[in-house]
Amino acid sequence: MSDKFVVAGKAFSSRLLIGTGKYKDFAQTRAAVEASGAEIVTVAIRRTNIGQNANEPSLLEALPPSKFTYLPNTAGCYNAEDAVRTLRLARELLDGHDLVKLEVLGDPQTLYPNMPETLKAAEQLVKDGFKVMVYCSDDPIQARMLQDLGCVAIMPLASLIGSGMGILNPWNVQLVIGAVDLPVIVDAGVGTASDAAIAMELGCDGVLMNTAVAAARDPVMMARAMKKAVEAGREAFLAGRMPKKLYSAAPSSPNEGKIAPSRSKAA
Amino acid sequence: MNYTRGLSASVSFLLMIQVIVNGATHRLERPLDVAALVARLELSGKRIAVERNGEIVPKSAHRTTQVADGDRLEIVVAVGGG
Repeated sequence: MSDKFVVAGKAFSSRLLIGTGKYKDFAQTRAAVEASGAEIVTVAIRRTNIGQNANEPSLLEALPPSKFTYLPNTAGCYNAEDAVRTLRLARELLDGHDLVKLEVLGDPQTLYPNMPETLKAAEQLVKDGFKVMVYCSDDPIQARMLQDLGCVAIMPLASLIGSGMGILNPWNVQLVIGAVDLPVIVDAGVGTASDAAIAMELGCDGVLMNTAVAAARDPVMMARAMKKAVEAGREAFLAGRMPKKLYSAAPSSPNEGKIAPSRSKAA
Repeated sequence: MNYTRGLSASVSFLLMIQVIVNGATHRLERPLDVAALVARLELSGKRIAVERNGEIVPKSAHRTTQVADGDRLEIVVAVGGG
């Protein structure tokens, strides 16, 4: 069965997107990413340390851009201008790579998206030729606005970034899925494997996570668990779950051909 | 005496430029292009991107873009992040 995840015209086998922050070292980052099977990895853009550790290993050596699709983010940006500048730097850094993750944050306590600034930045980035995957609120109307601006993927939070609180509003995630014709990826909030499976069962096209893997006691094992959860959730979605029967049970074994009852039937 | 000292101070002022790189002030001798600045900061050959006064300086233009007094530069790399 071919069930590719297609974003901005490019097909991927894995529907799990992995962040590269918060690992112990680059060796662990690489081991976790490989265990997850992810093909798309997010990276941040930061000032280089001038005059320090000239021979420090770099992330690009641990995860060669030839093997992984980089998704540079705008983490830490609180306005549209900073986000646009950051991604222009990313495109220069990554030799013209134009698939990016836009996130414009509202405040450091919640890291909730600032949607007016997100929309402004998305408009500018699309005009600049970027393919914009966008972190956003789980609001179907604004998701559609982002689609209309020309974004390539809608990535609502399921709960706060780094909180591990799981899929707090599955109804809104489904509203977003129904509102747009673009891939919808839950970005933020996944804490453990079942959360990832739930996101996929809702019909999401993918899940993006970082802390759930990096902050697990065994990040590499958790990465493997997430791979299975995303695959299981996707197959459950495609298989089509049974309808829920409220307040009534239905036996799984035949009612016919049972042996003679020893006592009269229960009332 | 005072006159000479004043003159040499202003000559050296004319030869030196002050730029801000990643938020820190650097006093450097001109003329200086972006490639030379990158070399001075021991970043040659590293995978970096440079922004000068809010505009990207493409790698192809590092040798032809002069750094001027008062410029603000950002030099970035990719790091781990979500």
